[in-house]
Amino acid sequence: MTGGITSPDAGWRQADRGPATQQKTGKKRRKRGGGRGRGEVAMVDDVEFTSYYGRQIVKTPVWKSPDVPLYLFLGGAAGSSAILGALADFTDRPTLTKVSRLTAGGGSILSVVFLIHDLGRPSRFLHMLRVFKLTSPLSVGTYILAPFSAAAGATAAVELLGWFPRLKRFGGAVAALFGGPLATYTGVLLANTAVPSWHAAHTQLPFVFGGSAMAAGGGITMMFTPVDEAGPSRKMAVAGAAIELAAMHKVENDHGIESEPYHEGRPGKFMQAAKACTAVGAGLTVVAGRTRAGAIASGTLLAAGSLLTRFGVFEAGIASTKDPKYVVIPQRERLAAQQNEHSSTITR
Amino acid sequence: MTSISSASPGLAMPDPKNRLFGPLPDVSAEAGYEEDHPKRVGFFTDTSVCIGCKACEVACKEWNTLPMDDSHGERDALGLSGMSYDNTGMLGANSWRHVAFIEQSRAVDLPMPTHRRPGDDRSAGGDLPAPDSGDLDSTAKAQASVLNAEALSEFDPQTGQTGADKQIRWLMSSDVCKHCTHAGCLDVCPTGALFRTEFGTVVVQGDICNGCGYCVAACPYGVIDQRKDDGRVFKCTMCYDRLTDGLQPACATACPTQSIQFGDLDELQERADARLATLKAQGVETARLYGRDENDGVGGDGAFFLLLDEPEVYGLPPDPIVTTRDLPAMWKAAGKAAAMMVGVAVTAILGSRRR
Ligand code: SF4
Ligand code: SF4
Repeated sequence: MTGGITSPDAGWRQADRGPATQQKTGKKRRKRGGGRGRGEVAMVDDVEFTSYYGRQIVKTPVWKSPDVPLYLFLGGAAGSSAILGALADFTDRPTLTKVSRLTAGGGSILSVVFLIHDLGRPSRFLHMLRVFKLTSPLSVGTYILAPFSAAAGATAAVELLGWFPRLKRFGGAVAALFGGPLATYTGVLLANTAVPSWHAAHTQLPFVFGGSAMAAGGGITMMFTPVDEAGPSRKMAVAGAAIELAAMHKVENDHGIESEPYHEGRPGKFMQAAKACTAVGAGLTVVAGRTRAGAIASGTLLAAGSLLTRFGVFEAGIASTKDPKYVVIPQRERLAAQQNEHSSTITR
Repeated sequence: MTSISSASPGLAMPDPKNRLFGPLPDVSAEAGYEEDHPKRVGFFTDTSVCIGCKACEVACKEWNTLPMDDSHGERDALGLSGMSYDNTGMLGANSWRHVAFIEQSRAVDLPMPTHRRPGDDRSAGGDLPAPDSGDLDSTAKAQASVLNAEALSEFDPQTGQTGADKQIRWLMSSDVCKHCTHAGCLDVCPTGALFRTEFGTVVVQGDICNGCGYCVAACPYGVIDQRKDDGRVFKCTMCYDRLTDGLQPACATACPTQSIQFGDLDELQERADARLATLKAQGVETARLYGRDENDGVGGDGAFFLLLDEPEVYGLPPDPIVTTRDLPAMWKAAGKAAAMMVGVAVTAILGSRRR
C-alpha cells in the first residue's frame, strides 16, 4: 500500500547526492590491544543513515587543543599530588611532602593559566564567580579550582620560602580536600555536553580521569623523591594506572558506534600510545621503581600516558561531532528501541 | 542584574518538579519570574509552505546587524556551498535563521506509460517498477494535495530532463534556535550570561559572556556558536528587543508565506496540530511535527516545526536529549571517583613502610 507520494516508503532520496547523504557507515575492522598481537577484532555493523548533505549536526566544541587537554592533565596531577602531600605530611615524610606540594602548587597555577587562556574573553574570567550553578560543571569546577589553586599555590610558595610551617599544614589539607574533586570533575565537564563520544561515557570518564590523575601525580612525585621515601607514590601510581586502563577499556568498548572515535585516526593513535605508556610505566614501577633510573623512567612514562589519555579523549570527542552518523545512528537506535518497548507493552 | 539566571536545579536526584528533564508547564516561573509574567511565546515553522526565499535570513541579519559569513561560518567570506541553493549552510554565531534546501528525487511508479515524452526512446528497463503497477487511488489522493500535485506535474522541467520515470521535490525549512524547555546551553553556562526571559525564551547577555564555549558543546541541535574574532557566543534571541516593545520577531514579520508563525506557544501548538491533521487528510503521510512533544528529550521546543521527512534529512537530530538529564548520575560518579582517589592514597600511605 502506498499512501500518497510522501508515504514513508515512497523512496525519496537526495537528488544526485545519494552517496553523500544516504550514507553507509561501512564495515570496519579494527584491532584492539595496541597492535601487540592480541588480534581481537571488533566489527561495527553496516548501518544506513540520512543526513543533510553529510554536514555535522552538533557543533564542534570551540575549546582549544592543547589548552584544554593540558588543563585536564595538570589539574589531575595537581589534585592527586595534593592528597598525597597532605597524607605524607601527617605521616612525617618530609621530602615526599615537599615534592607533592610543589607539584600540586605548580600544576594548579599552570592549569588556571590554561583555563583562562582558553576563554574567548580571558579578561572576563572573573565573571565565572558571578553565579554558582550546580547544573554547570564549569561553574562548580571554578569553585573547586579557585580554593584549590589558592591553597596549593600558597602552600607551595611558603614551602619554597620556608615560612610559617603550621600554615603550610593547613593549606596542604585544604588543597587535599579539593584535590579529588578537581581531578574528577573534569570528566563531568566533558561528559555534560552534546558531544556523542563524551556523553556516552558519562559515568566512566570521572573514573578514567581520577585514575589517570593518580598515575600522573604518583609518577611525577616518584621521580623527584628518594626511592626509599617514594613508596606511597609508587603504590598510588600503579593503582591509578590500573584504574585508568580498566575504566578506559569500558569507554572504548561499551558504547557501540559512539566508542568508534576512540579507535580511529589521531585520537585512536593517542589512545594506543597512552595505553602503552601507562601499562609499561606501571609494570616498570613494580619491577624497577626502587632504583633511581627506574623511578625516573617509569614516572615519565606514567605522566606521558596520562597526558596522552587526555589528548585522546579530547580529540575523540571532537571527532565524534564532525560526522553526523555519531548523532543520528545512536538516536535512531534509541527511538527504535522505544518503539519496540512500546509495542510490546501494547500487545501484552 | 537579576538573579534569575542563577536559579539552579542542582543535585535533585529524583527531580520531582522536572527541573532538569520532562514536561514543564511554566518555564518562566521555574526560572524565578513572578506569577504575572507574559505567556510563553514561540515560533511554529510550517515547512510545507516554505518557498525558500530566505526573507527570514535577510530580515534577521538586518535587524540584528549580523556580519556576513559563508556556509562554514567563516566571517566576511563570500562563498558558495557547492551543494545546493543553500549557501548559508548552518546556524551559527552570524546566521540565526538558516533555510535548509533539500532536493530529492525518486523513481516513480506512474499509472500510465503515456507520461513519457514523445521521442523518448529509452527502454523502460532497469530495476524500475513496471509502469502498470500503480495505485490509481493513492495517486489521485496525492494529487489533491497542492504540494504533491506540483511534484507530480509532468511538465516539471526537472522531471522532464531525467525522463518521466523520475520525480523531483524540494524541501525547504527555515531552521532557528529551538528555545528549548530544558536548554542545555542555559544549564551549563557558568557566568549566567545565558538566561531565561520573561517570555520563556533563551537569550545570551553579551556584556556577561566570557566566551568559555561551554554552551556551544552543550546544545543538542548545534545552534549556538562563538564568533571567533569577538570571543563571545551569539544566537537567536527571538528578537527580545522587539518583543519587549510589543513587536513580532523580524523573521516572522518578513516571511511572505506565513511559514514562520510567531505567537503564544499554546496557541501555536493548537494551530500546528490542526495543520498536521489537514495535511494527513490530504494524504501527506510523512508530515510530522518536530519539537512539539513536551515529553521529548528537551521537554519540547519553544520553536517547533512541521516537517515533510525525517528530521535528519533537514540536519536536525532525530531524538535530542538535554545533556543535564544525566548530570546527577555524572556528579555521583565524580563523587565516587574522588572518594576512590582518597581511598587509594590512604592505602598507599598506610601500606608503605616509613623511610
Ligand atoms: S536550541 Fe540550543 S542554543 Fe537554542 S535554546 Fe536549545 S540548547 Fe540553547
Ligand atoms: S560562552 Fe558565554 S554564554 Fe556560553 S556558556 Fe560560556 S559564558 Fe555562557
